[in-house]
Amino acid sequence: MRVFTAVIAIAAGVLVLGGYFFPVLAAIQTLLLNWAIVLAGMAALVGIFNLVSVHTNKIRSQQKGSVYSAILVIALTATFIGGIILRPDHGTMAILMNGIIIPVEASLMGLLTVSLIYAAIRLLRRRADLMSVVFLVTAVLLILGSATLPFGNIPLLGSLVKPWITQILALGGARGILIGVALGTLTTGLRILFGADRPYGGN
Amino acid sequence: MNELIIIIISAFLLFAITLWKRRSPSVLREIPALIRLYRTLGLSIEDGTRLHISLGSGSLLDARGGPAFAGLAMLRHIAERTSVSDEPSIASAGDATLGLLAQDTLQSGYQAAGVNELYIPTNGRVTGLSPFGYAAGAMHISQNENVSANIMIGHFGPEAGLLAEASDRENVTSIGASDELSGQAVLYANTNDALIGEELFATGAYLGAGASHAASLTVQDILRWLVILSLLGGAAAKFFGVI
Repeated sequence: MRVFTAVIAIAAGVLVLGGYFFPVLAAIQTLLLNWAIVLAGMAALVGIFNLVSVHTNKIRSQQKGSVYSAILVIALTATFIGGIILRPDHGTMAILMNGIIIPVEASLMGLLTVSLIYAAIRLLRRRADLMSVVFLVTAVLLILGSATLPFGNIPLLGSLVKPWITQILALGGARGILIGVALGTLTTGLRILFGADRPYGGN
Repeated sequence: MNELIIIIISAFLLFAITLWKRRSPSVLREIPALIRLYRTLGLSIEDGTRLHISLGSGSLLDARGGPAFAGLAMLRHIAERTSVSDEPSIASAGDATLGLLAQDTLQSGYQAAGVNELYIPTNGRVTGLSPFGYAAGAMHISQNENVSANIMIGHFGPEAGLLAEASDRENVTSIGASDELSGQAVLYANTNDALIGEELFATGAYLGAGASHAASLTVQDILRWLVILSLLGGAAAKFFGVI
């Protein structure tokens, strides 16, 4: 069975990859990708059941934080049933989305701003090395170069230092990191195509 | 067709170097984050605490799947090592497909350790389907489930800061890696140790996941040198007016 799943996975991977280079395989590639999209949709449903199952267990065993689990399960069930009855494009569902989910995510982003400032302050205590100093000095220079200051802009910071850091140093570093990530992704993909890594329960 | 040539050359190199690495194991340079990861793995088994492996919210159907697969390769190894622990590892994902594969990978680790009966399906979890939803759900794990280390490997954006912050408040060691630049910056400032760039793909090799992982690092090095030489050659050719 394990060999069978590996053969199917590797064959699907090779056919999808081949579809980018050989037009004769393009139709099979499209078919396989469409199957993948349908399966991903089903996986979303399975994922939601997994979420409910985890939190129901927490409520049943009265674990720490089970009140939040109860709120999650009730809200999820109500939204799910509401979505089925009213359809996702109904006004009430739009209110749920625009009035609860988006503001909550935006407030988490706001919370993140505070947590990042706090993290930056603690960075030197956590890792007192040269790179941490460079990281903090760069961040401070860029903030001072971008912010509107009450006494006006600091000479050269916004016009010379900030562009030099963002467009030369940071851009060069970012491209280097992205090339490294791309090479890592390539070799990871090849390992899966070779069957050396089997994230589908092969070995 | 250039891309196909690069893929074929990389595949050939990976195959040949894997065979070579099986006979002569490689010596790897020290990466502090991975040394801490290796130590944390052993300590969690000894002191009866869990590891929380956060796989991020990268979808497997697009380019963000690479880091997710790297995270799964690491999870497979960690699951095998910690399966007999009193407090087995928990994996969380912010994408449903990734969540399913995380469960499957955890089970593979248990099977490899010969303790399939100890496998608990809810140890692989989908905690949310948007980046911040995922982070909000995964924060809960670090705070409430006797976790000693939070290992974040996958696709993370700025929301990684919330996860790291939650870990820090509970004195949970955090190690992070992401393919996204904003995520890397946030993880660098927030975690005990962060992996930068392609170091994310080195976890398998450092945890002893097999010759193919060590070989893929060598292939990455070879390709990186080719990219560097191409960039320098192109710059020199432009300077001398050849192109």
